[in-house]
Amino acid sequence: MNSEQSIEQSTEQGREQSPKPTKPLTRFITDDDNCWQLSQYQNLGGYDGLKHALTLSHTAVLDEIKASNLRGRGGAGFPTGLKWSFVPQGDDAPRPKYMIVNADEMEPGAFKDRLLLEKTPHQIIEGLLIGGYTLDADIGYIFIRGDYYTAIQHIEIALKECYDNNLLGKDILGSGFNFEIHIHTSAGRYICGEETALINSLEGKRATPRAKPPFPQVAGLWGKPTIVNNVETFCNLPHIINFGADWFKSLGRFKDSGTKIFGVSGRVKNPGLWELPMGTPIGEIIENYAGGMSDGYKLKGYLPGGGSTDFLLEKHFDTPMDYDEIGKQRSRMGTGTIIVLDDKYCPVAMVLNLVKFFAQESCGWCTPCRDGLPWAAVLLEKIEQGKGELTDIEQLEDLCKFAAPGNTFCALAPGAVEPLQSALNYFRDDFEQHIEQKSCPYCAQDHSEAAHD
Amino acid sequence: MTLHNEIPTNQTVELSDVEKAQIDKLLLETPYTSGASIDALKIIQSHRGWVSDTSLLALSLYLNLPLGDLDSVATFYNLIFRQPVGKVVLHPCDGISCDLMGGQKIRLCINKQLKITNGQTTEDNQFTLIPLPCLGACDKAPVMIANQILFELIQEESLPLILNNLTEATSK
Repeated sequence: MNSEQSIEQSTEQGREQSPKPTKPLTRFITDDDNCWQLSQYQNLGGYDGLKHALTLSHTAVLDEIKASNLRGRGGAGFPTGLKWSFVPQGDDAPRPKYMIVNADEMEPGAFKDRLLLEKTPHQIIEGLLIGGYTLDADIGYIFIRGDYYTAIQHIEIALKECYDNNLLGKDILGSGFNFEIHIHTSAGRYICGEETALINSLEGKRATPRAKPPFPQVAGLWGKPTIVNNVETFCNLPHIINFGADWFKSLGRFKDSGTKIFGVSGRVKNPGLWELPMGTPIGEIIENYAGGMSDGYKLKGYLPGGGSTDFLLEKHFDTPMDYDEIGKQRSRMGTGTIIVLDDKYCPVAMVLNLVKFFAQESCGWCTPCRDGLPWAAVLLEKIEQGKGELTDIEQLEDLCKFAAPGNTFCALAPGAVEPLQSALNYFRDDFEQHIEQKSCPYCAQDHSEAAHD
Repeated sequence: MTLHNEIPTNQTVELSDVEKAQIDKLLLETPYTSGASIDALKIIQSHRGWVSDTSLLALSLYLNLPLGDLDSVATFYNLIFRQPVGKVVLHPCDGISCDLMGGQKIRLCINKQLKITNGQTTEDNQFTLIPLPCLGACDKAPVMIANQILFELIQEESLPLILNNLTEATSK
């Protein structure tokens, strides 16, 4: 097949000539509106990673991924290679094995996967194919948020392009490897992003998380071995295989490997997304890339990794965006999308918005989440309306403890109380002021005269 | 506003041939019928605007899945409507990144202009208002989705034009 040969040639040339990229995840995104299509992706070296992987043994690919120290980009930061190593291998492994891309982005303040889905659908498919080959899997799913219309359209067309060009289906590129990919558009619930809830949703059930063990690697979708990883995690794979684990490790500025799509939203001069080395200090992202605070606004705090991470302050600006380093400051990398709180928006109102969201999106499976979060929302609303009492703060603290990790089936409730518990710590004066003056000190200002629907 | 309480009925409806064909296609991709249930509900909604009790029953009979299972799924997900909706469903974002940029003001403005609150439909059956959590366009806040279009950087002043254009688009 001619197109296949030309891919092969460009692969070999590409490997020798092109310098190793410093921004692999966005290297396929150009000014051209059609840069997401197969021809353009291949012209820039797309599917070289897959072609190279297909020449290696399954074990060799897995070893490379392990050696790269890639950690899951969905929020938890679990080492990808280690997660994959629990999938049964060999001839007597249960079949089919499933590989799932979690593209159900719905974390408040997270908008990085949308970029990758809309602009680089083939990068995701290539990553999924490499993952499928590594674990000798049979079927892939892309579980995508139902509201991401452009992304869904691009993924659908990209999948068709792959089937038309022998990049999917039987005997992919003559390698003997067979792999199918289906797309599932979510009917919308934040909890679908939790991997076992996602699996339940794919089985046509309510998206409640499952008790673990068994872990999905052993018994996931339809009881078969299943891997679920975030969009951005899969996007890293072609490059790790193409340019090697050592190159990948060298990209990070601190301990963690590779690059990441970081983002900033809120009252900053230049909100947006940037691919930067892991370990880039928080302050650099907010000041240099997001341009600092908008005129007339001061920084009060920020959630470093989306709506389910603990607040940090300006004094933490030197902290590298590195899983363990942010952990040392008692917050989390999360999705790497920073939400900035300015000095004119009420911190109680911000936490109320977040807690209401998590309360609404709770699947209702376990008590600290189903009952605890709505209760926290009621108390916060009381305080925000100037009807709060000091004992409400103590109750909020109790609710945070009830929802701590280990008390719930999944990470939703522990994540939900992270902004709350840190706000009670850093912005306690604001809570107390609401209670003492029996009104919201911010209400006369910017955000709203009626902060309550 | 109009209340859309469906009147209980013994009437049964049949799924259309198009609906059946689309659902049959789903069944080819899943090893168990239940795996198709969410997508099948979405197919019915795409043809009928919402999922009524009678169409739920029709689907249950067609897929041979328990009615209760299908309803438990239909009532769980945000984007499956168990009540009729207007011609256009407005999904303003109520995520925190939008609210930090004035999203709440935009939603209050919609309330005032259309004289409906969340979950309600305008009297002329044109708009239903269902705010959704973070729509993933936080650098363009505040945003709203309607008619599968993402409206970015919405300002109070631009709202009448957006709503007008949406009305015109559905009257064509």
